[in-house]
Amino acid sequence: MAENTMNTTTVLLVGVGGQGTILAGDVLAKTAAASGYDVKLSEIHGMSQRGGSVSTVVRFGSHVSSMICDEGCADVVVSFEALEALRAQQYLKKDTGSLFVNDETIVPVSVAIGLGTMPEAAEVEAQLEALNAVRIPAGEIAREAGSPKSTNVVLIGALSTVLPFEENVWRDVIAKRVPPKTIEANLAAFEAGRAAARK
Amino acid sequence: MKELLSGNEAIAQGAWECGVEIGVGYPGTPSTETLENLSKHDVVYCEWAPNEKVALEVAIGSAMGGARSLVTMKHVGVNVAADPLMSVCNAGVNGGLVLLCADDPSIFSSQNEQDSRNYAAFARVPMLEPADSSEAHEFIQRAFDISEQFDTPAMLRESMRIAHTKTLVETCDTANKPGLKPFEPTPSKYVMVPANARARRLAADERTDQLIEFAETTDLNRVEMRGNEIGIICSGACYQHVREALPDASTFKLGMSWPLPPKKLAEFAAAVDHVYVVEEACDYFAVHVSALGIKLDVPPCGSLPQAGELTPALVKAAFGVEAPAHVAPAENLPIRFPSLCAGCPHRLVFTTLRDMHAVVTGDIGCYTLGASAPLNAVHSTIDMGASLSMAHGMELAKVPERTGHPVVGVIGDSTFAHSGITSLLGTVYNGGAGTLCVLDNRTTAMTGCQGNPCNGVTLTEQVRGMNPLDVPAGKPLNIENLCRALGVEDVVSVNSQDLKAVRKALKDAVKASDRLFVIVFHSPCRLIDRHREQVPTITDCRACGRCINLGCPAIGKDEDGRAVIDETQCIGCDQCVQTCPFGCIAKDGE
Repeated sequence: MAENTMNTTTVLLVGVGGQGTILAGDVLAKTAAASGYDVKLSEIHGMSQRGGSVSTVVRFGSHVSSMICDEGCADVVVSFEALEALRAQQYLKKDTGSLFVNDETIVPVSVAIGLGTMPEAAEVEAQLEALNAVRIPAGEIAREAGSPKSTNVVLIGALSTVLPFEENVWRDVIAKRVPPKTIEANLAAFEAGRAAARK
Repeated sequence: MKELLSGNEAIAQGAWECGVEIGVGYPGTPSTETLENLSKHDVVYCEWAPNEKVALEVAIGSAMGGARSLVTMKHVGVNVAADPLMSVCNAGVNGGLVLLCADDPSIFSSQNEQDSRNYAAFARVPMLEPADSSEAHEFIQRAFDISEQFDTPAMLRESMRIAHTKTLVETCDTANKPGLKPFEPTPSKYVMVPANARARRLAADERTDQLIEFAETTDLNRVEMRGNEIGIICSGACYQHVREALPDASTFKLGMSWPLPPKKLAEFAAAVDHVYVVEEACDYFAVHVSALGIKLDVPPCGSLPQAGELTPALVKAAFGVEAPAHVAPAENLPIRFPSLCAGCPHRLVFTTLRDMHAVVTGDIGCYTLGASAPLNAVHSTIDMGASLSMAHGMELAKVPERTGHPVVGVIGDSTFAHSGITSLLGTVYNGGAGTLCVLDNRTTAMTGCQGNPCNGVTLTEQVRGMNPLDVPAGKPLNIENLCRALGVEDVVSVNSQDLKAVRKALKDAVKASDRLFVIVFHSPCRLIDRHREQVPTITDCRACGRCINLGCPAIGKDEDGRAVIDETQCIGCDQCVQTCPFGCIAKDGE
């Protein structure tokens, strides 16, 4: 493989429309840019935002070509919801990819109307275990930090422990990106996410 | 300054930097944010038009008047604007005129995945195709230069992956304004009567020859020789996938996809052992490069897919490059399809139509989701405005008499203004009967809550934060009065959150099968009306499933099939309270 793709790192953020994946992707991409990397961030808007599965891809390196994450190409997957982690499992780099999962399950409308069934909780546990997933109770941590809406920033904190950016760069980007009144709570959420990932 | 910008943001930035005076468009994913970002610059006047044809005509006028003008739309919008496009291509311009079209390979948020490069070839207007935001920022400026240099409208094409991917862009914090060009009447150029039109057609042919010469030498088209074995002709996002998948291949990156440079392409083809085109959802390059007499090879492991967007993995597969190992996709996961939001004012109309077994001709917007389970209420979605005219066609085919089911056309407020008015006029004029519904939720919701003629919010007001609910009375279009003025006698207004009223209005309308009824349903989109009411509680649920069949994301089931309300998602809209036949869902104290 040529150099230009060898040193590209790919992060896939998945979740359910409305969970805050877009802000998380934005913080990651801006942190990569502020750290001197070339970066591409690809989002899908429109129809999928109305409660469907959503994904954001961030790729960074000395030079990034494609904005798409193929199967087996994600260095890190951050899932904002447990089922979505399984839905995205094929994108992880086999054996070496890291998976962070928010400990939360959102039941799709399809289940209530009989077009699908929820897998057993134990089965989901086992599958996540097999993927070496790091489980983060991000919603709970965010609530404890006094900011239930900062679940996405808790997950960014967890993600930050496996990426090569300085902590102060992350903090600067978060402070600029969130509403001024929530800066302190979001930085606390970021710290708590880092601590949770290191446990 | 280096900034991380989406393709749309970069085009807006570049347009401002090169002195665009006027921006016009109609919202459509993935093009929408371009005009919204351009409108943030006070010195550029921008407006939403009711549809793409009007948008292009406004821009033709402002360009003819001497102002650099940008018109934006999604790919299917170009169909609507095709009428003026196919004549202004011969008339030419005064101030620069650029049409941005945003294509949607893989149909993420559209009805089809047509490729706009065909329009450039059809209209014989130059088309530029950026491959990232940095190029989008540069190419919009180059497109205006080309438009003025060659006296032609120009097109800028981006796919969703360019429009909605953020990459680094070197921006400039000052605008270089060429200013307004003088307007001198030149009827021979702009009055397309046959004698003038024939002359302009010949002028356009001469211009094409000059554009081909330009295409041969411009740095917009870039040959990158890496090896002699494989040469790939590509553009836009596909270029990035080729670089990812086949880093050692030589590439001919076309920044200008019409007209093609015949000599330069032939030289490239001669310099490599095998030459291929890599493109998505279309055979545009395959057809046009072959027509130049260049023999294209089929990739060693088989052709690329004809439909859908390309990925590096698909390019690797076609060229025999090994894909990385990965675990198999999970099986049997419940699907998570998009659905109407909790409290959406469209929902009760669709559950009522479903329960009436109506045949519903639908339209383009959030309410296309009325076709999804468990609503399953929509039987057609073809293009903007088709709901009303197709309902008329279904009446002509006597579908109600033959099936025993009423035919109902359903259209949203912005789509009604876009193309529904003329559809309704056709039905009135021809004495048609039937039931037509306008779902007025006070906004263009699907594309992110834009202003439109029905809510009265202009683009300038929208980007400066005006909520449609705060528009002073008299400014929004009165849909009922318009329908009456068109000649509809039976026009009724209904609160779409009141289930009894919704049922009564629809039943009354379909009963009068020999008359034309228009029902205008009003209630604001819950993305512009964010207020929340008390969450109801459920007692003694009989597990009948009626509330489940609302398809509300805030209602689920427990293990025994009884309804459960998700308090974080519920906004207390009362739709389930009204739907429960046993009165089991109620608010405390009511």
